[in-house]
Amino acid sequence: MNRVFAALMASAALFATPADASKIFVSNEKGNTITVLDGTSFEVIHTFNGGQRPRGITASPDGKTLYICASDDNLVRVFDTETYEELPSLPSGPDPELFVLHPSGNPLFIANEDDNIVTVVDVHTRQVLAEIPVGVEPEGMGVSPDGKVVVNTSETTNMAHMIDTETFEIFANTLVDSRPRFAQFSPDGAALFVTSEIGGTVSVLDPADNYEIKHKIEFAVPGVLPEALQPVGLRVTEDGKKAYVALGPANRVAVVDAASYEVKDYLLVGQRVWQLAFSPDGKHLFTTNGNSNDVSIIEVATDKVLKSVQVGEQPWGVVAVP
Amino acid sequence: MTFAANSLRGAALAAVLGAASGAAAQAPEPVEIRAAVLRVDSPGPAPISRLDLPPADLGLAGAKLATADNATTGRFMGQNFALAEVVAKPETVEAETAKLLEAGIPFIVVLADAETTAKIADQAGEAALIFNAGATDDSLRAELCRANLLHTAPSDAMLADALAQFLIWKRWDEWLLVSGSHPEDKALAEAYRRAAKKFGGRIVEERVFEDKGGARRTDSGHAQVQAQLPVFMQGAKAHEVVVAADRADVFASWLPYHTWEPRLVTGSAGLRPASWHPAHEAWGATQWQTRFERQSARPARPEDYQAWAALRAVGEAASRTKSGDFATLSAYIRGDQFQLAAFKGQGLSFRPWDGQLRQPILLASGPVTASVSPQEQFLHQVSQLDSLGIDQPETACKL
Repeated sequence: MNRVFAALMASAALFATPADASKIFVSNEKGNTITVLDGTSFEVIHTFNGGQRPRGITASPDGKTLYICASDDNLVRVFDTETYEELPSLPSGPDPELFVLHPSGNPLFIANEDDNIVTVVDVHTRQVLAEIPVGVEPEGMGVSPDGKVVVNTSETTNMAHMIDTETFEIFANTLVDSRPRFAQFSPDGAALFVTSEIGGTVSVLDPADNYEIKHKIEFAVPGVLPEALQPVGLRVTEDGKKAYVALGPANRVAVVDAASYEVKDYLLVGQRVWQLAFSPDGKHLFTTNGNSNDVSIIEVATDKVLKSVQVGEQPWGVVAVP
Repeated sequence: MTFAANSLRGAALAAVLGAASGAAAQAPEPVEIRAAVLRVDSPGPAPISRLDLPPADLGLAGAKLATADNATTGRFMGQNFALAEVVAKPETVEAETAKLLEAGIPFIVVLADAETTAKIADQAGEAALIFNAGATDDSLRAELCRANLLHTAPSDAMLADALAQFLIWKRWDEWLLVSGSHPEDKALAEAYRRAAKKFGGRIVEERVFEDKGGARRTDSGHAQVQAQLPVFMQGAKAHEVVVAADRADVFASWLPYHTWEPRLVTGSAGLRPASWHPAHEAWGATQWQTRFERQSARPARPEDYQAWAALRAVGEAASRTKSGDFATLSAYIRGDQFQLAAFKGQGLSFRPWDGQLRQPILLASGPVTASVSPQEQFLHQVSQLDSLGIDQPETACKL
């Protein structure tokens, strides 16, 4: 019965709320562009230049400012989400790939793959506040809901590094499976999910127990080679009940029960699914599919893939703003 | 013999940053894990192209990068990594190996020919684990195989299979095999014959290019090549591609554009199978290339990648086992839990039957990597990577 109710709610959302002005921004790594989708119709409404090799993409808490890691420009490009006007760039350190914005909207924590550091940048003064030495090839960045902890994953060191956001010092390190790509806290902060691309697992770390691993989620899809199951992007629903895991070249998104850590379903999306983002109302999940140049749209209530929308070349990251 | 000191900075930082959670947190003294890279330079003619002249730090640079990578991780684990770099001649290799063994260095990366590599392994016995990062000979994985010897260099069979899969996928299955006259060329030609049989290629004709000695490079040497090589290639049976087996580097680089028929050249020139290429960018490889180039101020060679993979295997085992103990690390490296992330899109591991590192092989065409094998259409019941090279049922290695 719940399911029916949820489905009704979801389909209502598709047709109602014309006042919803939300937008979805997609960074296209190869196309050097940003595609903008309308949050209601899911149509492409605009495309603009995103700098050289745009990858990581995020927005300010008020949704007004868009930040993009322009990896080959070695800076963070900043745009107005309403006018698409480019604002002054932020320094990023070399080869920025992913970053995370403090929940307060400042500062920005940037992973610099080539330098084994995390750069902390004040988004207002555009000053570098700190450079934190981490492991080899820093990549994934996550922040705790209370903003006290930033997590960086280093791909060749195979660790999650927990950083105090006041002192900018590492206070804990946890070894995870090979090539950790992404870190995401549960909304209540009680669990930290770390995806391992080559290891093929998601480690669930316990912040209350010095970030020790309390569970490892594994994946298996009949007919898909185990090597192709490569977890990358991960998002947890606002109610904390479900986690979605992008499985890269397996072309699937896994749906995980965030309490039992059981994999409930595998949703077939586009090719080389990379990063994920929820719509502002949490009803839809957007996936970037790097090799098929599209974005798949998943209905969260039913776990159905509704449609796919063609975007630019090699979509990498995605963020939705209200 | 000199030890690099980049582990010292790691130790100081570890104290500042705090050790990793878990067992390492209690370790007061950092554990030191020592390794060596030993390259044996034999006198021989220069390569055909001056672009292929070996840099002075060939292979050593890869070992150095792995040691720096390991040290960065080690500072969170309470582990230091040290590297001894040795360049020997054939007449000094025994004494140099003895020095490393006397110093108690348990991991030695070797860049040498197959026979020298086997001799070093015998000399080390149970005292050290040897990584072959140089020799591609199939014999070193078969009758010359050793229990204390692992191979990060791909075998001739893997390289030949990688190219064969691609050619078959292209439906270019009629090959003209041109091989050199040196023993290593003959061995490589045999690998191509085996690959043809395995994947359904047809060698329509074979020719042997005799090495008559002399300088490889002379001023205006191209004039004679242009006159002579097409004639050598004249009158062959109808073929779709030329497959060159020229490990001795005597003629293959001259073949493209000097064939009689307008045919593509593959193998030792043209489309070349290799463990690594400086243009490889997929699976995060750009980061590795940038790191290497910044360290060594030159593009990386396959030998550098192979030496890097060997010492990263040691580092990976050290962080996974939280140990510096030789027996523990050796067992882990060979075990089925071992998995090395090495910029090839999937975890790499060592084959238990001959110690060979399973790895995808790049197919490089000049400035880019044109493809990567295994090609996805070639399936395997255990690991697709085992569709490249000598599989368990066919191994001649008796450990």
